[in-house]
Amino acid sequence: MSKLLTRRGVLRTGAVAGAGVALPTIFTAGSASAFVNEPSGSTVTLGFNVPQTGPYADEGADELRAYELAVEHLNGEGDGGMLNTFSSDSLDGTGIMGKKVEYVTGDTQTKSDAARASAKSMIEKDGAIMITGGSSSGVAVAVQGLCQEAGVIFMAGLTHSNDTTGKDKKANGFRHFFNAYMSAAALAPVLKAQYGTDRKAYHLTADYTWGWTQEESIAAATEAMGWETVNKVRTPLAATDFSSYITPILQTDADVLILNHYGGNMVNSLTNAVQFGLRDRMVNGKQFEIVVPLYSRLMARGAGENVKGILGSTNWHWSLQDEGSKAFVKSFGTKYGFPPSQAAHTCYVQTLLYADAVARGGSFNPCSVVEALEGYEFDGLGNGPTLYRAADHQCFKDVLVVRGKENPQSEFDLLEVVEVTPRAQVEYAPDHPMFAGGNLGECNPGA
Amino acid sequence: MDAIILQILNGLDKGSAYALIALGLTLIFGTLGVVNFAHGALFMIGAFCAVTLQRLFTISYETIDETKTDFLGNPAKVQTPYVESWFGPDVGQAVIDWSVPLAILFAIPIMALVGFAMERGLIKHFYRRPHADQILVTFGLAIVLQELIKHYYGANPIQTPAPDAFRGSFDFGVLLGFDPNHIIYPYWRMIYFAFAAIIVGAVFAFLRFTTFGMVVRAGMADRETVGLLGINIDKRFTIMFALAAVVAGLAGVMYAPINSPNYHMGMDFLVLSFVVVVVGGMGSLPGAVLAGFVLGILESFASMNEIKQIIPGIDQIIIYLVAIIILLTRPRGLMGRRGVMEE
Repeated sequence: MSKLLTRRGVLRTGAVAGAGVALPTIFTAGSASAFVNEPSGSTVTLGFNVPQTGPYADEGADELRAYELAVEHLNGEGDGGMLNTFSSDSLDGTGIMGKKVEYVTGDTQTKSDAARASAKSMIEKDGAIMITGGSSSGVAVAVQGLCQEAGVIFMAGLTHSNDTTGKDKKANGFRHFFNAYMSAAALAPVLKAQYGTDRKAYHLTADYTWGWTQEESIAAATEAMGWETVNKVRTPLAATDFSSYITPILQTDADVLILNHYGGNMVNSLTNAVQFGLRDRMVNGKQFEIVVPLYSRLMARGAGENVKGILGSTNWHWSLQDEGSKAFVKSFGTKYGFPPSQAAHTCYVQTLLYADAVARGGSFNPCSVVEALEGYEFDGLGNGPTLYRAADHQCFKDVLVVRGKENPQSEFDLLEVVEVTPRAQVEYAPDHPMFAGGNLGECNPGA
Repeated sequence: MDAIILQILNGLDKGSAYALIALGLTLIFGTLGVVNFAHGALFMIGAFCAVTLQRLFTISYETIDETKTDFLGNPAKVQTPYVESWFGPDVGQAVIDWSVPLAILFAIPIMALVGFAMERGLIKHFYRRPHADQILVTFGLAIVLQELIKHYYGANPIQTPAPDAFRGSFDFGVLLGFDPNHIIYPYWRMIYFAFAAIIVGAVFAFLRFTTFGMVVRAGMADRETVGLLGINIDKRFTIMFALAAVVAGLAGVMYAPINSPNYHMGMDFLVLSFVVVVVGGMGSLPGAVLAGFVLGILESFASMNEIKQIIPGIDQIIIYLVAIIILLTRPRGLMGRRGVMEE
């Protein structure tokens, strides 16, 4: 026994095995593939990672509808949607580079660990070559990190925190959705025009990454135009009744309440604010106002009449009249019977942009996709001329300032576009302090 | 001073919800000895009774309005609720407007039926099982119920407003000699507090002044002896389970205008309500009500900026902190019977 299993023998075997494990997998993989999940057959698999359970399940369902529509259009089914208006002509309805598009889905549950687990499963078990989707910045940052490590492309869904393309940006990750800085930059001039420069703002902020960057961005933008920030109060993400956070506002001379809340938080805090008569309040001779920096039509439904007249921003709205938006609304509305949400729009667009980048680059290799998307200028996808900036993989495009509609004509007609803020007004330097601290790094093809 | 009054008022409506849920939990624990983790789901189902009645009242027929277009550019379909067509626009609108108060009548039989079905169909099989088994099965049931609600109603909150007449706020400040607009309190929250007080009073009166209540109280004290007297105590306890479900359901119905109902709202209240029961004293009905209001008010005070500046994050832990202190110093809770949780 001792001859068979000596200390030296174990060490030698371990060292050889360790060296083998430590070798880059691209060498061990040999000629099998140059990158992770390289498609070898006649199909290519995309991974749609959306919240199918949990508080954002409805938004996730809308994202999934948009993905299914995008796959249909890529495979040459349906009316083609925004493929007909997209400025690029590399997609011809024959899938991606002639491979039929298939997909698998995962459930993020709007929890970072669950989202990473479902993305990992889609990459390792299902062979997904690209992961996309999500309705939370916490989830986006977590899954983006995973995709960078795994060597697949991540096309973010709805994520609005500055951090996603700021301190947490990654070379394999791309965001089409706008961010908190852009919301603030677009909203500030409208707030100035509507409410003047002599205002006192009170912030209620959801206590997590998105809330913090939204508060920082809108406070900086409103202070720059002369508003005073009276207080910034962080509220637990799990809070449902905001009355005890709203009543202290009555004790201050604040005349604007900024709700840095999203989803159920926004519905409840706005409802509570209206219940406590804030919208009927006069302070220092001025009408008290409420601002919701990030609007979602799906969430606005939950707040009902309380959203009427309240200003906010959104990435896209179905009432836009450009050709791309009209084509998308027609496709989506005909298939599902109601207009798409902004989450659906960004997910649809991200899928097309990925497919287009593969086709233009001539390869599914993530590094080829990164190269094709970096600095890419496109149009016809609903937001006007758009740039995927190379420095941080953030899309730059016009931003919509919207207001809760006073006389809605239907259950979908909740928001009206007040202003389309030009892209130049929401641009910022890649090293802007609100986005500092991150490093894009090198693209990782995995394998 | 005005800030303190406001937080007491806030605590009263929060405490009302805690007290009503904890009251039902205590009724079930006291009578059946079951730790019911599905009780929050009953609160949620109550709120969805209000949503359902609102939807029933707004069931509409479609007509085509050629002068308007929908989002696809087709002639718009105009929805007209049947109640408006049957009773005229004014009466129809009033019926829809009053759907939440009317949902009280709608919810009572539904919640009683849900409670009865739960107890006969599932809970009764776990009477003699350990509390851990009861917690697991009722928690599982709660998840099933909330997923069912999510399947049919979606995951987003659903706006269920109070009647127009109660949508404003009352200026307590003027009443108490403060400046106007400093102590404002919504009418519906005042109604919620009054409603909770009436329900609590009615449950206590029912248990105190009726023969049925007397038998139930006797059964809570000594189930075996009451059984030996030839009284079918199990049947009465089943009715008490249904009653507890109705109390939780009504708390949910009236809560619907305060925060838009969503499928998860039961879970949001469940853990806190259990803490309320433990602090009040397991099995003590007055303890549950007292602890509900005390903890509701403490939670409101902990949310004040002045307090949070001294102890950051205190608003999220105050209830658990109080529970730890109570359990360390008085394990049977504020009004629990001697011996319960003390062995």
